[in-house]
Amino acid sequence: MEKIISDLSHHIRLNKGFFLWMGFLGLALIACLYAYIQQLSYGLGVTGMRDVVSWGLYISNFVFFVASSLIGMLISAVLGLIGMKWVHPITRIAETIAVAFAAVAGLVIVMDMGRPERLAYVFMYARFQSPILWDVTVITTYFVISFLLLLLPMIPDLAVLYKRFGNLPGWLKPVYKALSLNWCNLPEQNRIIRRSIYILLILIIPAALSIHTVTSWLFAFTTRSGWDSTIFGPYFVSGAFVAGTAAVIIAMFFFRKNYKLQDYLTDLHFNNMGKVLVLVAFVYLYFNINEYLVPGYKLKRADAVHLRELMSGQFALIFWLVQVCGLLIPIIMMLFRRMRKPLPLTIISAAVLLGAWFKRYLIVIPTMSHPFLPVQHVPENFKVYTPTLTEIAITLLSFILVLIIITLISKFFPVIPIVETANDKGLDPLKSIES
Amino acid sequence: MDENTVSNGNEQDPSKSSRRNFLKNIGLLGAGVTAGAAALYSGDIFEKKKAATGESRVLLTQDNKLVEVDSLEMKALATNPTKMMLEKGREGIPGKRWAMVIDLSKCRNARRCIAACQEAHQLKPEQYHLNTLQMQDNAETAPYHMPKNCQHCDNPPCVAVCPVDATYKRGDGIVLIDNERCIGCRFCMAACPYSARIFQWTTPKDAGKHNGEAYNVELNVPQKLGTISKCLFSADRCRDEKLPYCVSACPNGVYYFGDENEDAVTNGTTKETLRLSKLLRDNGAYQLMPELGTKPRVYYLPPKNRLFPFEPSTD
Ligand code: SF4
Ligand code: SF4
Repeated sequence: MEKIISDLSHHIRLNKGFFLWMGFLGLALIACLYAYIQQLSYGLGVTGMRDVVSWGLYISNFVFFVASSLIGMLISAVLGLIGMKWVHPITRIAETIAVAFAAVAGLVIVMDMGRPERLAYVFMYARFQSPILWDVTVITTYFVISFLLLLLPMIPDLAVLYKRFGNLPGWLKPVYKALSLNWCNLPEQNRIIRRSIYILLILIIPAALSIHTVTSWLFAFTTRSGWDSTIFGPYFVSGAFVAGTAAVIIAMFFFRKNYKLQDYLTDLHFNNMGKVLVLVAFVYLYFNINEYLVPGYKLKRADAVHLRELMSGQFALIFWLVQVCGLLIPIIMMLFRRMRKPLPLTIISAAVLLGAWFKRYLIVIPTMSHPFLPVQHVPENFKVYTPTLTEIAITLLSFILVLIIITLISKFFPVIPIVETANDKGLDPLKSIES
Repeated sequence: MDENTVSNGNEQDPSKSSRRNFLKNIGLLGAGVTAGAAALYSGDIFEKKKAATGESRVLLTQDNKLVEVDSLEMKALATNPTKMMLEKGREGIPGKRWAMVIDLSKCRNARRCIAACQEAHQLKPEQYHLNTLQMQDNAETAPYHMPKNCQHCDNPPCVAVCPVDATYKRGDGIVLIDNERCIGCRFCMAACPYSARIFQWTTPKDAGKHNGEAYNVELNVPQKLGTISKCLFSADRCRDEKLPYCVSACPNGVYYFGDENEDAVTNGTTKETLRLSKLLRDNGAYQLMPELGTKPRVYYLPPKNRLFPFEPSTD
């Protein structure tokens, strides 16, 4: 018992590594903030976007962020509710990722606005016909539910840590006390918390499906070829599971190594997560075939241009790299048990995650580059979209924010549920502390 | 608005009903009073100076009635011109349904329409409310030049997706943009199948020169950084019963513009007025991508019987 508690909490301390890492993130954050200030003062002209490609890196990045945040729902709700016990140590990692990405997704959208100071107008003059309104609503809802799903299951853990504080940094004590809401393991408390988590787990399923479906509708509600698709909702959702699962595997690897959690995040967990990734990647592959083969068979004029640009034109290199190295090869490799060991699986996941990011780029930019009517009498930089350094820095800014959030949550709170882990082993930490 | 509060207040107070009637009779002057006649009747002054002695003035009310008001009872209307124009710009011109006809058989890519448009709307050379595109429907058919502006769709996808009602459709058919409200999300650009919209990515042309000028929503000037702009069917000119800038500027008689309700359109070059329905019927008129269901208000006449050789544009 003692061992579980100390194993799962000993990473909660301020060490050199933490300061170095946060210092690095902080510096990078300042550099990228400078880029955003540039954009605020000179307008979106500092980006590579122009009248033809009027949505670029920011919107593709937004889609990626929403996608990655969906994993919270897959792990905790879907796998959790059908009774998969092995996901227990991973749920908090998944929720942390969900909360971080969902929170920053909102900021990414603000970064894309030409008039961010008018953000309040979205609420003041809200027009419910606009899918943007739906998106704002569901992302906020999803964020709140995910946040609660991160917090509620942590209450017993925090009570344990508060009561058996050990040598944790002193200033955390009041934080734990406040957040553990006077938890003392009463049957009544247990009942309430179990009920609430259960309700939240059910609620998060439609919320999560909505956020990515509505996000896909931002595109599918237009008539442009490449976006004018009826399967965009499920296509995006399945793609989201791929990105999110890969992100969780990478996070597991780092926590396991840096926080010495080898006994809790075992080869079994990686093996199973590898299987989950194969499964969702197969589903995604299926949707990809649908998405390209159906218009490719008919070759309507605008669709033909779009597909040609993707597969043999300007975007061919990225397209094939994404499909082959980001999806096909990983699927085949992960079919082998050896490849689902922690290190190889993490490397494969990195390729998948990178592919997932570029896939969002391929969903947004090529369609914008080829509108129905010809693009004429405009400067070269209107015709071919090239992201600028400022734009890339602002995109990095969003990733830095996600890393900061994940680092802070994982550093000051137990990454793996303590009470749940103990319960799974038939122990009750609170009782053993009190006795 | 002011006059509403005044008259509502009076309804609850019978002793002031004579004043109410009086107010009603002169048809209170509101925010939209035309040049030279902007005045608001002030209740206070009336109460205090029942026996007005000043000379009387004749004013034109909003609903086009002439009224006589004692000059002492008049007060200049303190208004914000931008706000005034924004409110006016939300209402279409009553009874009108503007439509445009573009005769492709006459277009020689003179691009004077574009110049006039860019001049009126303070646009840079690469910013188009209106652009002529060199089109060729397939390898066998002849190429032609096609002026392309906002189609002022009757089922406008751009309006549907706007989260803040910054872009809107008016009763007279015109789709406008309120640059004081646009948040710059560019969803409307993504939704428009005709690529009709532009965005102010960088500081608009001559921004310094127009600093502090009142914003005219029917002209989209001064242009505003970080917001959308597009063809407005020259809503300001429509209000003055004049033809749009592009229509008047064309030297080749390409454009017709007019009111669908009257079934009359006027050619900008020859000033000849024709029956719209007949023009469309006799010339095989068509619309751009009607299959998308956007219901454009711009009609094209096919590029047939051209009396000049086709000269490819340089781009
Ligand atoms: S042409 Fe485009 S911008 Fe103009 S009304 Fe139609 S959809 Fe809107
Ligand atoms: S860019 Fe402006 S006008 Fe266009 S949808 Fe967004 S808020 Fe509306």
